Amino acid sequence: MSLDTIKPSPGFLEHLPIEYQDLVNHGQYGKKMKASDMGKFKELIEEHPMCAGCAMTLFIRLVFIGLPNPEHSVIVGTAGCGRLAISQGNVPFIYGNYGDTNSTASGLKRGLELRFPNQKKDVIAMCGDGGLVDIGFQGLMHSWFRNEKFATIMLDNEVYGNTGGQESGMTLKGKVLKMAPRGKVDEKMDVMGLAKVAGVDYIARIAPTNPGRVLRTVRRAILVAREIGSSYIQAYTSCNIEYSIPTPDVMKDAFDIEKERYGFEEIVSDRAKKFLDEVEKKKK
Amino acid sequence: MSNAVAKPKDWVPKGDLQKEISAEKMLLELPRELLFITGSEAAREAIKRANIDCAISYPITPQSETMQQAGYLYDEGYIKEYYRAEEEIGVMSATAGASRAGVRALTATSGPGLMRGMEAISSWPGARVTPVLLDMCRVINTPLAIQPDNIEISFLLNTGMIMLHAENQQDFFDYTLAACEVTEHVDVTLPAMVSVDGFFVTHARGPVSIPSDEYKLNRRDGWRSAVPAMDNENPPARISRDAPIQKSNFISYHMHASWQQEVFAALERSGKYFEKLLKGRIEIINPEAEDFIICSGSAVSQAREAVRQEGENGRVVGLVKVKTLRPFPTTSIVNALKNAKRILIPEFNQAGWMHKEVCSVLYGKCKANIVDGPRVFGGMTMPTEMVIEWLAKARKDFP
Repeated sequence: MSLDTIKPSPGFLEHLPIEYQDLVNHGQYGKKMKASDMGKFKELIEEHPMCAGCAMTLFIRLVFIGLPNPEHSVIVGTAGCGRLAISQGNVPFIYGNYGDTNSTASGLKRGLELRFPNQKKDVIAMCGDGGLVDIGFQGLMHSWFRNEKFATIMLDNEVYGNTGGQESGMTLKGKVLKMAPRGKVDEKMDVMGLAKVAGVDYIARIAPTNPGRVLRTVRRAILVAREIGSSYIQAYTSCNIEYSIPTPDVMKDAFDIEKERYGFEEIVSDRAKKFLDEVEKKKK
Repeated sequence: MSNAVAKPKDWVPKGDLQKEISAEKMLLELPRELLFITGSEAAREAIKRANIDCAISYPITPQSETMQQAGYLYDEGYIKEYYRAEEEIGVMSATAGASRAGVRALTATSGPGLMRGMEAISSWPGARVTPVLLDMCRVINTPLAIQPDNIEISFLLNTGMIMLHAENQQDFFDYTLAACEVTEHVDVTLPAMVSVDGFFVTHARGPVSIPSDEYKLNRRDGWRSAVPAMDNENPPARISRDAPIQKSNFISYHMHASWQQEVFAALERSGKYFEKLLKGRIEIINPEAEDFIICSGSAVSQAREAVRQEGENGRVVGLVKVKTLRPFPTTSIVNALKNAKRILIPEFNQAGWMHKEVCSVLYGKCKANIVDGPRVFGGMTMPTEMVIEWLAKARKDFP
């Protein structure tokens, strides 16, 4: 889709819904938005049915703002809280079967490359911790070992939030949740480590405490996936309901957890680093 | 095993040298050459001419060599993209992913692989994706075996996908090519499964007449579809095709219901295309007979021989071969069997799914006594004598 496709034909603009007019006139298409621009432009996602105070929603909103080419992006998701918000965004969203994100994205990305050899299409698999590393583990790992050229974003709320609070592979050891009545027996899965072993080119761990950093990380992950190989962002997106975090304290929790065990970390392959250096140097 | 060698710079994919034509021209007009090949080889020859963009494989052997043959075709340049995926859920998900991108996607599986990929496959029709799945039937129930048995077909009958059941190697070639085109008609936009009974057809040789490989089907046009491809080539809208309809309210109920009604209406609309390309969705032998056999797949070959032998003994037995299981050719079957007195339904499975299908469409429209069999399963063959014995018993039981 060229940016022209978004623009209505002469005379039609005034007949379109006000929301669409705003997207055309005041949206992020063709521009690079900064975190400080939030509130001053029409975002790709605004309305959503997520819980009040949900940190995941803030992160998803930032991901949408960070998309380097929303007009050429497709998002793949699976069951979980995240898709309730993602499906409300103005980017095509594939809501597949349980845990199929990275398998679906593999076929989709290859198909898009065949159909559009002269136009890069960004594919982003974005879903929860359970969808990615429990039920979707096999597809996730193999997509990484195959070095599939799409970005994977884990919305890590360390629980099955959408189904009512069951433990996931990403839950910390000892946490008492549904299906872990005596506390989770095993350690939180080291998916960063798995990504490294699988040779993922760009790996980042992040909490939504610094919006500017989230935008930069999302752009880096998508650009690396576009040109170099697989990328992975693991984002702490707390579930204030299942972890009983008072709504006003959600961001305090994010800062606390970030400081305690979820500090920002990037693991970048040599070839991805070289590429990012070139891209970012050129922009300066 | 050998080490990979890069293609030379002047390498031209063989697919680029083929001329694109319609399925009608491919199947009904071009001159053909007769070969003596296995079912898997017939599948390879079909894939070679099907203009496949993306083929994704998993080795469910020993049932079929088809997907490794597809790999060789990729190497030669008849297929544009190919890889071995993690397992069948991955294969079926990725195949649908490729189809969502607007390209022609194909895979093949059998028995346990089909069962494993079932969640993904059963979501294809509602997603309005158009992949073609070749299915080489084998035992799926315990005790597990690798022998032919087509009970797996019954699991997919109500998904909304197009389902063809090939009798032999020739059908496997023709049906695959027909499916590749029919799935992509705008008023269809549905996936198709072409089933064949494993070993009897996949590993055995049979006569197959095929057109020259200088030709291939017209490419899939990703812009022509009942729903847009997931390519972000349309102006953005909040409600995407894949938005979850999981609210508990009447709008979501109606959305789901009307969507599914349209899937099954599209399935019925595909019938007219198969009617033309396969020269009818059923084949009838001895239409004037009082005793009829109706079946699909390799049971047809056994029935065909039984009909011939009965004919030699002066007994006229009719045969109805069902080519498209979905859409089920209800009207044609009712018309063919309306004057029958006895009907036999031989099957290679325990469940007797074809018996249930036939009974449901003939109920109230035919006075024939319908015999529940004969059936073999777990890898057994069906001797012609068995069919003839059942015919004799039917005549005795229902004089």
